Amino acid sequence: MATSGMFGNGNPGALWTGGPVPGQLHNFPGVQNGATKGSSQRTLNPVVMGSSVLGIQFNGGVVIAADMLGSYGSLSKYRDCPRLLKVNDSTVIGASGDYADFQYLSNVIQQQVIDEECLNDGFGYTPKSLHCWLTRVLYNRRSQFNPLWNTYIVAGLDEDKPYLGYVDKIGMAYEAPSLASGFGAYLALPIIRDALEKKPDMALEDALRLIDRCMKLLFYRDARALNKYQVAVITKAGVDLRGPIVSDTNWEVAHMIKGYE
Amino acid sequence: MAQLGQPLSDYQRPHQVHFSPYDFNGGTVLAIAGENYALIATDTRLSQGFSIHSRESPKTYSLSENTVLGCCGFHGDVLTLTKTLGARLQIFEKEHNKPMPTPSVAAMLSTILYYRRFFPYYTHNLVAGLDEEGKGCVYSFDPVGSYEREVYRAKGSASAMLQPLLDNQIGGKNQQGYVVQPMPLDRCIAVVKDVFTSAAERDIYTGDNILISVITKDGLKSEKFPLRKD
Repeated sequence: MATSGMFGNGNPGALWTGGPVPGQLHNFPGVQNGATKGSSQRTLNPVVMGSSVLGIQFNGGVVIAADMLGSYGSLSKYRDCPRLLKVNDSTVIGASGDYADFQYLSNVIQQQVIDEECLNDGFGYTPKSLHCWLTRVLYNRRSQFNPLWNTYIVAGLDEDKPYLGYVDKIGMAYEAPSLASGFGAYLALPIIRDALEKKPDMALEDALRLIDRCMKLLFYRDARALNKYQVAVITKAGVDLRGPIVSDTNWEVAHMIKGYE
Repeated sequence: MAQLGQPLSDYQRPHQVHFSPYDFNGGTVLAIAGENYALIATDTRLSQGFSIHSRESPKTYSLSENTVLGCCGFHGDVLTLTKTLGARLQIFEKEHNKPMPTPSVAAMLSTILYYRRFFPYYTHNLVAGLDEEGKGCVYSFDPVGSYEREVYRAKGSASAMLQPLLDNQIGGKNQQGYVVQPMPLDRCIAVVKDVFTSAAERDIYTGDNILISVITKDGLKSEKFPLRKD
């Protein structure tokens, strides 16, 4: 008989309780093997993390900015991590959260852009379509309990109109004239919204000044931020990815802060 | 302080961050069925914890000429559900050469919701529109697809504040000698504005604006009304 092994048809059973079973792989007690790791294979423990991304619409375009720090827990490990990705001449994305997940998705997006270009049909990603696609990818991954640990901000021009979209690791997405992720949502966004309320039709120079002020503020107050950042300006003329910009900081008053030692 | 003999916390197994596939983004929807109209209203705030993500995000979605869906809870599920519904309605329209009637939309939504019974869409749903006789109809759903036709219903974060007011003003519940009469549209809109203004006073997840949509045989009309923005 083909199916009967050395011990016939029946399972011979373990040699002792919890011991090895003849003819089967044995899992040594106390040792975690790949198959039983389960959730630890997934991004439930982000490693190198990026902090805030800021985005503002101005008259005729969008600016998006992110600092260049890759934090390893509380260690400022990598100080030259670009977190903005130019997708095409009208779209840029910025990512907070796990840097490896961002690099993975960057590769996927860049390959898709190449595939799309090969069709040569005049179609490509618009910020709106990329944002929609990201929403589906992130929602799908969260539904499989295997999230991409990122918040993405999509910036660009959609039919010559400024576009800013937000999507987080569970697929929660929306559009707004100003956006911030990470600590920026608490520290920078109120300032940006206030400035936009006072001057809804901002010029590019105003927007860049506002970004610089907010990035500086984040460097002063967010322990996972760096005073070295990139800005992408998206206008009809295309994408202008500037930086690294190092903002001047002033610590003259720092010695007066006492009582927290 | 690390105990003697105990490894430092940094050298123990990797720190695991809690992952929850759900979130609560607030929002309130309210629908009332009139004699020849259906009204559905929503606030336009999208929040998460103590942050406001957007002040211009209404939670009503017009599905066809005379059907509107009110959908709030976890916004990721809201986006997915409205996308699925939109696709299914488009397929129906192409196959049958007519838009899906409101009662059928409600029946289909119920099965779509129950399909995810064991990993539910965390959404509170209302469907408002006109039935086959041209009368206003409102259907309310729980997150896993149980549904019923009603005259008025509030759903979402401030539903517990709105519903008793509607019971009193529209249902005429437990008021001696009160005869329930069909409510004219203008009074209905006034009540909606009042109850939302009251809810925005106490519920931090409701505010910014209300978007009131009215469905009649002539189509869909919308108006905006400001709420407190803090």
